[in-house]
Amino acid sequence: MALQITAIPDDPALLDLPWSTPLEDWPADQLVALPRGISRHVVRFVRISGQVYAVKEVPHRIAQREFELLRRLERRDVPAVDAVGVITGRETPTGEPVETALITRHLQFSLPYRALFSQTLRPDTANRLLDALAVLIVRLHLAGFAWGDCSLSNTLFRRDAGAFAAYLVDAETGEMHPQLSEGQRRYDVDLAGQNIAGELMDLQSGGLLDESVDPIDTGLDIIDRYTGLWDEITGQSVFGAGERYRFEQRLRRLNELGFDVAEVQMTAEDGGSRVVVTPKVVDAGHHTRRLLRLTGLDVQENQARRLLNAIDTYRAVLGAPEEDEEIVAHRWVNEVFQPVVRAVPRELRRKLEPAEVFHEVAEHRWYLSEAAGRDIGLDTAVRSYIDNVLAHKPDEKAVLGRRIGRPSSGYTSYDDFDTAELPPIIG
Amino acid sequence: MAEVVYEKATRVYPGSERPAVDALDLDVKDGEFLVLVGPSGCGKSTSLRMLAGLEDVNAGTIRIGGRDVTHLPPKDRDIAMVFQNYALYPHMNVAENMGFALKIAGVPKDERMRRVREAAKLLDLEQFLERKPKALSGGQRQRVAMGRAIVREPQVFLMDEPLSNLDAKLRVQTRTQIASLQRRLGVTTVYVTHDQVEAMTMGDRVAVLKDGLLQQVDTPREMYERPNNVFVAGFIGSPAMNIEEFQVADGHASVGTLDVPLSRPTLEALAKEGSDTVTLGFRPESLDVVSEGEGFPVIVNVVEELGSDAFLYGTLEGTGGALEGHQIIARADPRRPPMKGELVYLQVREGEQHVFSSRTGERLPS
Repeated sequence: MALQITAIPDDPALLDLPWSTPLEDWPADQLVALPRGISRHVVRFVRISGQVYAVKEVPHRIAQREFELLRRLERRDVPAVDAVGVITGRETPTGEPVETALITRHLQFSLPYRALFSQTLRPDTANRLLDALAVLIVRLHLAGFAWGDCSLSNTLFRRDAGAFAAYLVDAETGEMHPQLSEGQRRYDVDLAGQNIAGELMDLQSGGLLDESVDPIDTGLDIIDRYTGLWDEITGQSVFGAGERYRFEQRLRRLNELGFDVAEVQMTAEDGGSRVVVTPKVVDAGHHTRRLLRLTGLDVQENQARRLLNAIDTYRAVLGAPEEDEEIVAHRWVNEVFQPVVRAVPRELRRKLEPAEVFHEVAEHRWYLSEAAGRDIGLDTAVRSYIDNVLAHKPDEKAVLGRRIGRPSSGYTSYDDFDTAELPPIIG
Repeated sequence: MAEVVYEKATRVYPGSERPAVDALDLDVKDGEFLVLVGPSGCGKSTSLRMLAGLEDVNAGTIRIGGRDVTHLPPKDRDIAMVFQNYALYPHMNVAENMGFALKIAGVPKDERMRRVREAAKLLDLEQFLERKPKALSGGQRQRVAMGRAIVREPQVFLMDEPLSNLDAKLRVQTRTQIASLQRRLGVTTVYVTHDQVEAMTMGDRVAVLKDGLLQQVDTPREMYERPNNVFVAGFIGSPAMNIEEFQVADGHASVGTLDVPLSRPTLEALAKEGSDTVTLGFRPESLDVVSEGEGFPVIVNVVEELGSDAFLYGTLEGTGGALEGHQIIARADPRRPPMKGELVYLQVREGEQHVFSSRTGERLPS
């Protein structure tokens, strides 16, 4: 039986992997060691052309299903690993059938949670992980996706201006529906609480959890975080006549949380003196989109929020309030952002993404300025940061692989900034 | 008492005309292992999810142990969903892995240990309680995962195709484990599968669904020997039953030279219905290979030799009429199986046909 591949055109070198050998027998020199929990299926990681791929052996029906789910999530712009391919018809040279393989690709600079702390997991890190997960679950549920197995191990995290952005790794138990029932949502989140509490208890058993973190309380806390965010985003508001400003306030609050409302349902009651408003279509990535439009920079939500603040500050300092927003933004990229990014020496670029470097430089500048009692300036901050902070950080790009696969015309990598010619503003 | 009752339970998806589950009436007895089975889209998973609280119930009710749970969230129903996926925690030993959900729920330590030990005994894991998961085999890890559901001591276990992720060998192994475990535990269990062999081997009773409607609920034996309608007849049993439509004349069902005598109760029922056609079914084991002149001719296309059994897949040849060239499956002698391409003669063992109305598909007296 011939090898059959369902795949998104990717690296042809994937075809050269030893598909006629069961995954657990693959030679070590092909593999990359990554932390991975004890799961039922055989999973291995390989690196090809600098990108890291996960290969999982599962029955064909399951692989196909998961592949399609990941593709659907990608189309809905929900943060998840990229589905690359399904390989069936595998056979050993002697004709013995070998299980189907599902291939996924991990994201540049994304990390398993175990890689986010060196000795113990501390409260502030734990809180940030939970915040990121709560946002991810809300986004999944908004897209009609019930995960069925949310846990820290099933998630990858990327740094996002001091916070984390979470990405779904395993969609095997997932289901997509036009809309989730309340029972489904609650069940999914309760399960997440159990799983996270269990993982934190496991860290505790291994001496990896800071003493001040209660694994059960912290784990179950995801439920409140999720519920708060969900209600904020999808809850009903009732406005009386002359209270339109409250509706705008609500929209702005949602924007601040990173969400755009694309559609609302409005029902007039009491002959129009009351309006009941329920957001219907809510998209995440409000700040990301706005920054992309203004500058062409394609970064994560929290990073985008910080950069937009920086642009606003820059504009105020320039004293040019009437200038076109996009022109000011473009100047800022040229005069402020790009120099910082270019200042990172080649050999240190594997450590952090450009936007994250910029964020950390800004923080570093703030701390140094506070200590000095005056603003030390950006140039000094950059030099100090590179020599004293960045150089000592572990390589995070190396943990996983590749440039963000989003088909935007934005630019994000160090290479983009090195070119003499910047891409035009997205108008 | 943890019986489960679906009473006219209905689920209609928004925007859909046809219900996904249509007025389901089903009683699951306390301690029973009931399997919901049917083809893709039949409503079996939806029915389970309605019981779990994962699916809204648009009409009717669902009761567990006499309590109306129709609109309760999953957490408040005292059920345990036995999941396909699990993660065993590497730094915790087996006992801690099994009991962690109880710890989260605030169950006191003594009670936790009692439940864990009891579950470990049932699962043959007693000697592994202090070990870490890394030291366990695949099958043992599987049992630890089951242990997690067991220690919760729910009223009902729900399982939605829990074996579908497994390779064939592990499937059969785990299937047996689950069935024997349930027998020892005596907890009411509702289990969904698309695999009718699995349903027939595991269930105390089996419920067949199609297009959201319950077709039949019975013990495997009853289901096999007395399918209520054509669909169940063709769905249950492997290889499938041979089912064809015949003309009725002179007290016989015939097509071309193929002829089957019909009993009086059958003829009376047909007369009452006013039909001159009837649908007959014969299981492969109800057909005997006989000599020329005694039966109807079949050309053998494929012989499936299974060691203990053999089945021939052939086509009717030379009988004339509408059934010419139709496929027929018959059991053959595994020690002297026919050859591919050979012409054999088959005869229906007397009284072993299943009779159905051509009009309604429902079973008629035979």
